[in-house]
Amino acid sequence: MAELNRDDVAHLARLAHIDMTDDELDRMAGELAVIVDSVRSISEVAGDDVPATSHPIPLSNVFREDVVGTTLTNEEALLGAPDNADGRFRVPAILDGE
Amino acid sequence: MTDLTRFSADALSRKLASKEVSAVEVTRAHLDRIDAVDGAINAFLHVNTDEALRVAAEVDSARAGAEPLHPLAGVPIAVKDLIVTRGQPTTAGSKILEGWQSPYDATVVSRLRAARMPLLGKTNLDEFAMGSSTEHSAYGPTRNPWDLDRIPGGSGGGSAAAVAAFEAPLALGTDTGGSIRQPGAVTGTVGVKPTYGGVSRYGAIAMASSLDQIGPVSRTVLDSALLHEVIGGHDPRDSTSLTDPVGALVEAARRGEVEGMRIGVITELQGEGYQAGVLTRFQEALELLRAAGAEIVEVSCPNFRYALGAYYLIMPSEVSSNLAKYDGVRFGLRVVPDGAPTIERVMGATRAAGFGDEVKRRIILGTYALSAGYYDAYYGSAQQVRTLIQRDFAAAFEQADVLISPTAPTTAFKLGEKLGDPLAMYLNDVATIPANLAGVPGLSVPGGLADEDGLPVGIQFLAPARQDARLYRVGAVLEALLEESWGGPLLSRAPEITQIAGGK
Repeated sequence: MAELNRDDVAHLARLAHIDMTDDELDRMAGELAVIVDSVRSISEVAGDDVPATSHPIPLSNVFREDVVGTTLTNEEALLGAPDNADGRFRVPAILDGE
Repeated sequence: MTDLTRFSADALSRKLASKEVSAVEVTRAHLDRIDAVDGAINAFLHVNTDEALRVAAEVDSARAGAEPLHPLAGVPIAVKDLIVTRGQPTTAGSKILEGWQSPYDATVVSRLRAARMPLLGKTNLDEFAMGSSTEHSAYGPTRNPWDLDRIPGGSGGGSAAAVAAFEAPLALGTDTGGSIRQPGAVTGTVGVKPTYGGVSRYGAIAMASSLDQIGPVSRTVLDSALLHEVIGGHDPRDSTSLTDPVGALVEAARRGEVEGMRIGVITELQGEGYQAGVLTRFQEALELLRAAGAEIVEVSCPNFRYALGAYYLIMPSEVSSNLAKYDGVRFGLRVVPDGAPTIERVMGATRAAGFGDEVKRRIILGTYALSAGYYDAYYGSAQQVRTLIQRDFAAAFEQADVLISPTAPTTAFKLGEKLGDPLAMYLNDVATIPANLAGVPGLSVPGGLADEDGLPVGIQFLAPARQDARLYRVGAVLEALLEESWGGPLLSRAPEITQIAGGK
C-alpha cells in the first residue's frame, strides 16, 4: 500500500476543505504516516467470505407515521446562521469571477 | 445542615419526596459548589444558574401543591456540551461552534425537562468528543479531582469530573470509543454506555454515527440506572433508536445478585500494556465476585487485537462525513479571507480556523480511508473486522452471561504527557472500543486505587446487546462488596479540592 506523503496530505486537505500551512502539512504528514502504518494490518485480517458490518444492531428500513409534526420555523432555522437575508442563508459567491 | 452535594441522586430523591429538603436548596448547593471549585476543575463550559433555580422552584411549588412528580424531579444534572439544549450555548468543545445556540432540544434533554430535573449547565469535552483526556477542548482541559495535574479522561472528562468533584450528582455523557467509561474509570465514578440505539441520539452532535451512544454518568450504579430509565426508550426522531422498552434497570440495580452468574474474563484485555496496580485491583474484583457466588470463566476474543485499528479507520471515516456540515453557511463560525472569495475559499479558511489539530487529523485520516483506491483496503476491511469482533462477542456470550475487564489500561496520566503522541493517546481506549464496534452495552464501576500512584482504577462489565439490566445487577454487587471492604465509597478518599488547589 502506498505511503502517505506530504503531497497526499495537501490533496486530502483540499478535498476536506481545510486550509493548511506548510508547517501543518509537514507535521500532519508525519503523524498520519505513523497512524496509517499502525492500521495497515487491518486490510489483511478478514478473508473474502467475511461480510462487512456497517451498523452494529441489524435494523430494517425505518419509517415514521405519515403525520405532520412540528418543525423549526424559518426564523429558528436561521438563528445560528453567520449571515442571512430575506429568510434564507446568505452565502458568498459560488463561482469565481463576475 | 449536612452538605447536600455529598448525597447520591437516589438519596436526594428520597429527601425531596419527604420534603426534608427543597429542590431549590439542592440545586443551590450544587451551584455553590461549582462556584467554589470549578475554577480548579474546569468541568463546566456554561453554568445555567437562573434556569436551574427556576425549574427547582417550580418543582417545589408543584410538590407543595401535591402534584404528581417524577422521582428525580428537582435532582439537578449536568449535560455534556455535545448534546444540544435550548436556551444554553452548545459548543462541542470547538471554536467553530463558539456562541452557537441550538433552536431545539435533544430528546434526552426533553426527557430531563419532562422529569423536571434542573439543568446545571454544559460540561467540557475533547473537541467534538475526539480524545481521551479533554486536552483537545478548545476551552482548556478539565482537571482530575484526584490530582489537578492529571487528566480526567475523555472525551467526557467534564461530566466525570463534575460528578467526582460533587458539582453534580448526575451527568449525561456520550460514548463513541469509551468516552463515558474511561473518564469514569480514571475519576472513580460510574459510567454506562447503553446498547447502541437504547438511548436516543437525536440532538447529540454526531461524531461517528455507527458508534455514538448517549449514557449516564454518576457516583453510584443505582443512580446510573435511575437516569438510564429517564433517558432510555424508543424515539421516532432517531431512526437507529430501538423499539424495545427500556427495561427494569433500577430494579436490577436494587436487586443486585451474582449467584450462579457466569462472568467471563477476556484473555486479550489484560496483561501486556496494563499497569500493575490496575491488574491487582482487577484480580481482587474477580475474587470478590467469585466469593459472592459467581462463576469466573476465561473467554478468548482473538479479534479484539484488531479492534483499535478497525476503530481508527471506521471512526475517522464517519467523522470526515459528519463534520462536512461545518462549512460556515448554516451555523457557527464563518471566516472570510481577503478579496472577493468564493464559498470554497470561505470553507477552507473557516474550517482551518475553527477546528483544532485532533479534529483535522481525524478528518484527513477519514478522507484518506474513504478515497478512491483505498476504500476497500481500509474502510471495507475495517467493517469486516467489525463482523469478526461481533462473532467473538457472540462466542464469548455463549460461555458467559457478562464479560469483565479493566476499563482502561492505566490510571490517569499527567496533563500533556500524551498530547504529542496521538497513537499513545489512542491506546487508552483499547478495552472500551470493542463494545462500540459491536453495539453491546458496557458499564465502568470504581475498582479501588492503584498501589503505585493512589489513583482510581475502573472495572468494566460488558453484556449482550439489549441486556443492559445485567450490567446493573452485577455492577451493583461489585460496588457493594468493594465499598464494604473500603468502609465507604471510593470518592470519600479523594483529596479535598480546595486543599490541593491551595497546595499548588
